[in-house]
Amino acid sequence: MGKATEMNDKHTRSEAESGALKASAIDGGRRGFIGVAAGVTAAMVAPGVILHAVAAAPRSQPVTSDVRWGLLIDTTKCVDGCSACVEACGRENGLDLQVKSEDESEARWDHQKSVWIRKVKLQDNQTGRVTNLPMMCQHCEHPPCVDVCPTGASFKRADGIVMVDRHLCIGCRYCMMACPYKARSFIHQGTSGQLTRAPRGKGCVESCNLCVHRRDNGEESTACVDACVAEGHEAIVFGDLKDPASPISRKLNEIPSRQIREDLVLNTGVRYSGV
Amino acid sequence: MKRIVYREWRIAPQRFWSLLGILAAVIGVGALAFGYMEHQGHWVTGMNNSVVWGAPHVFAVFLIISASGALNIASIGTVFRKPIYKPLSRLSGLLAVALLMGGLLVLVTDLGRPERLIVAMTTYNFSSIFAWNIFLYTGFMVIVIAYLWSMADRQGEPFNRPIALVALVWRLALTTGTGSIFGFLVARQAYDAAILGPMFVAMSFAYGLAVFMLVLIFSFEDEGRPIGPRMMRRLRNLLALFVSVVLYFTLTYHLTNLYMAKHDGLEHWLLFNGGIYTFLFWVGWVLIGGLLPLWILYHPHLNQQRHWIVAACAMVIVGGFATLYVVIIGSQAFPMPMFPGQTILESGFFDGVNGESAAYWPTIPELLLGLGGVAVALLITTVGVRVLQFLPESLADDVVAPDEETMHDQPFAKPA
Repeated sequence: MGKATEMNDKHTRSEAESGALKASAIDGGRRGFIGVAAGVTAAMVAPGVILHAVAAAPRSQPVTSDVRWGLLIDTTKCVDGCSACVEACGRENGLDLQVKSEDESEARWDHQKSVWIRKVKLQDNQTGRVTNLPMMCQHCEHPPCVDVCPTGASFKRADGIVMVDRHLCIGCRYCMMACPYKARSFIHQGTSGQLTRAPRGKGCVESCNLCVHRRDNGEESTACVDACVAEGHEAIVFGDLKDPASPISRKLNEIPSRQIREDLVLNTGVRYSGV
Repeated sequence: MKRIVYREWRIAPQRFWSLLGILAAVIGVGALAFGYMEHQGHWVTGMNNSVVWGAPHVFAVFLIISASGALNIASIGTVFRKPIYKPLSRLSGLLAVALLMGGLLVLVTDLGRPERLIVAMTTYNFSSIFAWNIFLYTGFMVIVIAYLWSMADRQGEPFNRPIALVALVWRLALTTGTGSIFGFLVARQAYDAAILGPMFVAMSFAYGLAVFMLVLIFSFEDEGRPIGPRMMRRLRNLLALFVSVVLYFTLTYHLTNLYMAKHDGLEHWLLFNGGIYTFLFWVGWVLIGGLLPLWILYHPHLNQQRHWIVAACAMVIVGGFATLYVVIIGSQAFPMPMFPGQTILESGFFDGVNGESAAYWPTIPELLLGLGGVAVALLITTVGVRVLQFLPESLADDVVAPDEETMHDQPFAKPA
């Protein structure tokens, strides 16, 4: 309360002063004031702009098809029982902020909450070999979800990222019917406490977007890749599939890899080795 | 053959208003269910990220394809020039519009963002069969209304047959389009089959006719208008034919799948191990929706009794719901073939661990929403026949046109 009064006082005082200024020397005083104000503003804003530019360059140009973002998952390095990528994705994209409705059973919540990346453990029927891998949106070159979306809300960016425009999504879920990877989730409940970088809307569909906010801020890597590296597994490599010198392209060139459901010829942006 | 006279449905006002009241109450409850689902979000339904389309879609697809099938009677009369069906054309058209309206309402109110319907009406992606269907559905409505006008207005007479032709082609496209919503999905094994298009056309013929016959018999009997044995014989034979065609497509679909080794798992699950889906397939789809009605409709004594024919129609409808439940929900419940030759031991997102199918049980709001759609269709029909001249006064044998098949029999039947 005391502070507020003080501020009010200051405010009144400065008003009185400026009034006096106007009355005495109009031209000189105003020029001086503008000059000082411009200087102060520049001094205040410039470091921010420069700092921002140094930390990450926000995208100012339209996305081009000069790059195609993708992931390579080396399943031989993916560790049974580790879910670092899943948890990191949850934190990065606000999936851990989803709240179960009070009357909803745990079992139903598990089937209805949004999941962008999940761990899957497989066993070969003939050989008995066990494989662990993370599954997420495969960012197809020819995505069935984009084909079937009636409004065009489901779209593919020029850089290969497949995502949902939540302003156009009418929640028909046809994309979920069409996706061969079960990569998409429908938001079944109300949302609260959202993250600016990953907005979520009740009644809309969403899926992994390769941490698109990081792409648009010019940052390296994705949350799942960082988490896997931090765990020391390095099972996921992120990068530009079109750049032959990128780590992902070099690795793809080096080790055998395949696409899940290759038979559909969707040319996925996410590749797996050791499956 | 006498001139066909159409009259408004003149049942007692108390009866009419109580019928209307009941239908309005069902619609009201359906509207409440919609409000509840919209306000709470879809977590109050049984639908989830594995089974994304549930009971509302079963109701919606049933109503939409029945709409197309209900128009069959009018097409047979106008396009294929079978005069005996002519008196039924108006009711056929009205039912087509009413059923489509009911089905579309269910479809639209189940959207995650129903308030964005305007987006669906203004932003199109033409590689989506869904976007095409928006035009097919609205176009159907316009064409059938024009068709009704050409039947009822003397000035419309010259346009009657051309419009009927357009309507015939349009509704075949519509039902094929509806079947293709599923047939074009490469992701799931049970879909991804071109045969779903024509199979949906066959199903629409059967379900649409069953609904038509029930409405016709109910409205006629309630007011004491006669339906002669000849008309009943025509309709029940037609229904039996359509039911057989559905069974034929069912057989072809499953035989094709059984022949392909990669679909063994799906067929084995659906035909033997699928729990509720196996039950609904054999008991609902094949027995109640197929074999039993066929038995009744071809039984020399039972098919002479109206209540048995009514029972056969009801069975076709119940079987139709079971069929669409298996086609729409069962196909989603079966795990997707992401890793052929591998068994999924663990998954963070229910990818069919050890071949387990996805869980789904419809909740009350979903069913009420679907029933609301049925009530909308019936309300439109009830008001329609009450205020406008849709129903012929009589379908007695001496009123309806003679059977073309027996028309020329007489001269040849005489001994030489």
